[in-house]
Amino acid sequence: MDVVQPEGVRYVAKNMRVDLRLIAEMIAPGSRVLDIGSGDGSLIDHLYRTKGCDARGIEIDMAEVTRAVVHGLPVMHGDADHDLAQYPDGAFDYVVLSRTLQAVERPREVLRQMLRIGRSALVSFPNFGHWLLRWQLLWTGRMPMTSVWAKAWHETPNIHPCTIRDFFALCEEEGYTVEKWLAIDEAGQKAPWTRAVGMANMFGEQALFQLKRI
Amino acid sequence: MPPALQSRAAPALPGTAAAVATRGARPHMAGCINAVVAIPDMDTALPDIDHQRVVFDDGLMLECGQSLGRLEIAYRTYGQLNAERSNAVLVCHALTGDQYVAETHPVTGKPGWWDMAVGPGRPIDTERFFVICSNVIGGCMGSTGPLTRRDDGEGPWGTDFPPVTVKDMVAAQRKLVEHFGITRLFAVVGGSVGGMQVLQWAANFPEMVFAAVPIATAPYHSAQNIAFNEVGRQAIFADPDWQSGRYWETGRIPSRGLAVARMVAHITYLSEEALTRKFGRRVRGGQALTAFADLFEVESYLRHQGSSFVGRFDANAYLTITRAADYFDLAEEFGGDLRAAFRGSRTRFCLVSFTSDWLYPTAESRAIARALNGAAANVSFVEIESDKGHDAFLLDEPEFHRALRGFIAGCAEHAGLP
Repeated sequence: MDVVQPEGVRYVAKNMRVDLRLIAEMIAPGSRVLDIGSGDGSLIDHLYRTKGCDARGIEIDMAEVTRAVVHGLPVMHGDADHDLAQYPDGAFDYVVLSRTLQAVERPREVLRQMLRIGRSALVSFPNFGHWLLRWQLLWTGRMPMTSVWAKAWHETPNIHPCTIRDFFALCEEEGYTVEKWLAIDEAGQKAPWTRAVGMANMFGEQALFQLKRI
Repeated sequence: MPPALQSRAAPALPGTAAAVATRGARPHMAGCINAVVAIPDMDTALPDIDHQRVVFDDGLMLECGQSLGRLEIAYRTYGQLNAERSNAVLVCHALTGDQYVAETHPVTGKPGWWDMAVGPGRPIDTERFFVICSNVIGGCMGSTGPLTRRDDGEGPWGTDFPPVTVKDMVAAQRKLVEHFGITRLFAVVGGSVGGMQVLQWAANFPEMVFAAVPIATAPYHSAQNIAFNEVGRQAIFADPDWQSGRYWETGRIPSRGLAVARMVAHITYLSEEALTRKFGRRVRGGQALTAFADLFEVESYLRHQGSSFVGRFDANAYLTITRAADYFDLAEEFGGDLRAAFRGSRTRFCLVSFTSDWLYPTAESRAIARALNGAAANVSFVEIESDKGHDAFLLDEPEFHRALRGFIAGCAEHAGLP
């Protein structure tokens, strides 16, 4: 992306993860964004610099928070399970939760809060329905481990894995409108199975959803 | 307004003054400890220094309902105000700080209290920003306070100085800022009681504050904070040289009481880890078996802190400012809802706390952060790992200074400052 940057300002978004790029593409310029689990702040930095967004972050890892603040980014210490309830209704246009839903204590409540404080929720998660995971479980009879699900069952922070189908079901139960969705392969590129949920659930390693409350 | 403001708190505990009424004759210690007590009796008041100041003849109406007929504000500035007057940073000092932020102190000869954070090339870069710091009202470094001559010219105010609040301090600072023709401060920055002033600024004059940095502070003074302040005040009241606050009449100042107040306060500024690291149980000098001849290094350190404080601070000012801090409860002004203090604010906030600060612990900064989130304000919040206790904000904490520099730089970019 061609962005003129002032001298001396480090552009942290240079090496932004591909799934974050896809999320950034879904966000309208000039909007108010909360990034939950903002890491080093690369998404909010990118949104501010390229789209003039009022983008803020909350992050559970204090070292990452400090790193973001050192780079002049508005990030505070907090987490998805406990800190969303503080924000007023409709405070943001978009609330982003990338690759974190499977690790929160109460995913359903986190989604509710996201759609209370934001007009739109952007959620990405690793798909537990991917064929390799299904095959490993079937063939070895043990918990699958892949590059996306890289930690043993007793060590993983991912306590609430779900499949793309599961997520669709939850959205229906909760009455959320799926505005957009797409499956992403290992490298974070868009995968071509968006039309068929079954295919996406089989071959998509990750999924990205844009939700609204009806 | 806190209800207690209407009547000044009762002074010394009844009976206490009588118990130690005779100077130097502390019966239970007589003949044993006097030889080693390191806190000297000082009979001199603060040196008379011609502080840089501005006088407002229209005075200031205080929150308690009284008004000061004439308001003097002593201040220092660093750096250049730009043509647009958009690069001003107001630094708010803590309880016993003063306006000498980044230069040799005229009384103590020590470096400025925050020259690690303020100066050329520092996180608050005086080559880029115009830094203002003024002595709070009620203080003793040149601003109107208990040492100042009364409006009617009859001697100093002493304990008759009206009770002031953090809000009054900020109102006085606002007059100074407007005196410079500044309509919007680029940033207001301060730690501890200075951080309370920052919060008060952001709550009362949000349109005048582009960025706010409340450091190691709290939205109100807790019972524990008030309790420690009260011990300090009682130490002053119990010193026979306090003389009901009219010590200028005899020329003897309540140096022991003020020193003890400082010693207690100083413990709250440190942490157990820091005290253990610096002093442990080390003993210096002294002969064995003489109960008080041995001196633990930590005792010696505290006595030094106490006695050096007496040379730069006025006892009545200490009473006034500790009271102002005790009265602080920002939410009270907004119907008990701290969020209401920040609703609609466009100010960019950066809260900083320190892990070992037990005077204004991280939980209190978190409470401010929650309120700011509730008001959908723009907030950064970092907790810095440090074992240095509350004082960490004044010390060499590279991580803190990096965060402060980064936040200021980020805000300058948003404010369009070169």
